[in-house]
Amino acid sequence: MSAALPAKLAEIRDDFLALSQQDRLQLLLEFSQELPELPPRFADHPDLLERVEECQSPVFIFVEIDDDSVVHLHATAPREAPTTRGFASILVQGLAGLTVDEVLAVPSDYPLTLGLTEAVSPLRIRGMSGLLGRAQRQVRERAA
Amino acid sequence: MAVATDPNPAFTDFAHPERLVSSDWLAEHLGEPGLVVVESDEDVLLYETGHIEGAVKIDWHTDLNDPVLRDYLDGAGFAELLSRKGISRDDTVVIYGDKNNWWAAYALWVFTLFGHEDVRLLDGGRAKWEAEGRAYTTEVPSPAATEYPVVERDDAAVRAFKEDVLSHLGNPLIDVRSPEEYVGDRTTAPAYPEEGTLRAGHIPSAQNVPWAKAVAEDGSFKSKPELDVIYREGAGLKDGDNVIAYCRIGERSSHTWFVLTHLLGFEGVRNYDGSWTEWGSAVRVPIVKGSEPGAVPAH
Repeated sequence: MSAALPAKLAEIRDDFLALSQQDRLQLLLEFSQELPELPPRFADHPDLLERVEECQSPVFIFVEIDDDSVVHLHATAPREAPTTRGFASILVQGLAGLTVDEVLAVPSDYPLTLGLTEAVSPLRIRGMSGLLGRAQRQVRERAA
Repeated sequence: MAVATDPNPAFTDFAHPERLVSSDWLAEHLGEPGLVVVESDEDVLLYETGHIEGAVKIDWHTDLNDPVLRDYLDGAGFAELLSRKGISRDDTVVIYGDKNNWWAAYALWVFTLFGHEDVRLLDGGRAKWEAEGRAYTTEVPSPAATEYPVVERDDAAVRAFKEDVLSHLGNPLIDVRSPEEYVGDRTTAPAYPEEGTLRAGHIPSAQNVPWAKAVAEDGSFKSKPELDVIYREGAGLKDGDNVIAYCRIGERSSHTWFVLTHLLGFEGVRNYDGSWTEWGSAVRVPIVKGSEPGAVPAH
């Protein structure tokens, strides 16, 4: 079962793979700068957010599913943790507009396909795998 | 060409005050010939968001580790790295970074394996530099390549392997991990990823002194009297002791290695970089669980 990767995730992957190792870091930095601020309703309710233990820096996520079964991923991580912010931002952008089924079909090894293991190191990539795994688990729980 | 040391009175109590520079000193000496500033962080992108002017980046994963063996780079690799970063063998190197200089101290320890003579830490690292409102730039310097000589790594002086730790039992060991890891409730630092260690606990007789106890609130090192209370009174270290420090993969313990060696003046301190990820998975090595150090096992 190899459903096609959602278009935005595929585009992000291809953008990374087209670059040199050093430029891949720069692209990750740009993603980190694009991570949107949390909606104000979360700022007042930090308890709603789940900490991603697989990441070395404090990163919190929250998944919402709207009436059309579209998933909305929210994430926050500190400014001093740009790598983690970059990982979160890739997922926020890559999963935007996807339905519950589409999010659950994203292969768990997607973070490993971005060509970042050399520039970022395999251990650090695990943090992104943890983010994706927890987002999918929240989607599964909330969709149930 | 080495640069003058920082005469800061806050450092004079330390055994080797020449190993520290203050942010004032660094700001004054930036750009001086013979001085290279190196940033080494946990976060691989932090340098790209802004760094001290002229600083070059050295990353622990991608630069200092061998990509295949669980080992550091070799003499040729180190020479290639430092040549590329524009560092000469007789340069003064000042290292700083995030997380209380955790990774900066690790980089300094690796420089020590290759006998780079004049390598110092910026006291307080990034946090203090930022808190003082000092400048960062995103401009990445392109230093002219140097010809750093190929110097073989000398592991004997400051690095311990598992067999060394086994034969060291009966001498002081400092476990610098969190109390949860020491007791055996978990195998990784709180909020850090699992690295696949099979057993939890600590090496028998090791004293638990979490590494960050050596750090003051502003990120700088605590004073000599404060450090004496922690390591001499608290952990029972005495002059002449032969000490090995360990943690999970050898990085937090290089911070403690720096404190014991350069600030408190213990000689022959070694860092067991295999640390818990090796010990906790090794066959039939002794392990103690719980908050007590436990007895030295009979050989």
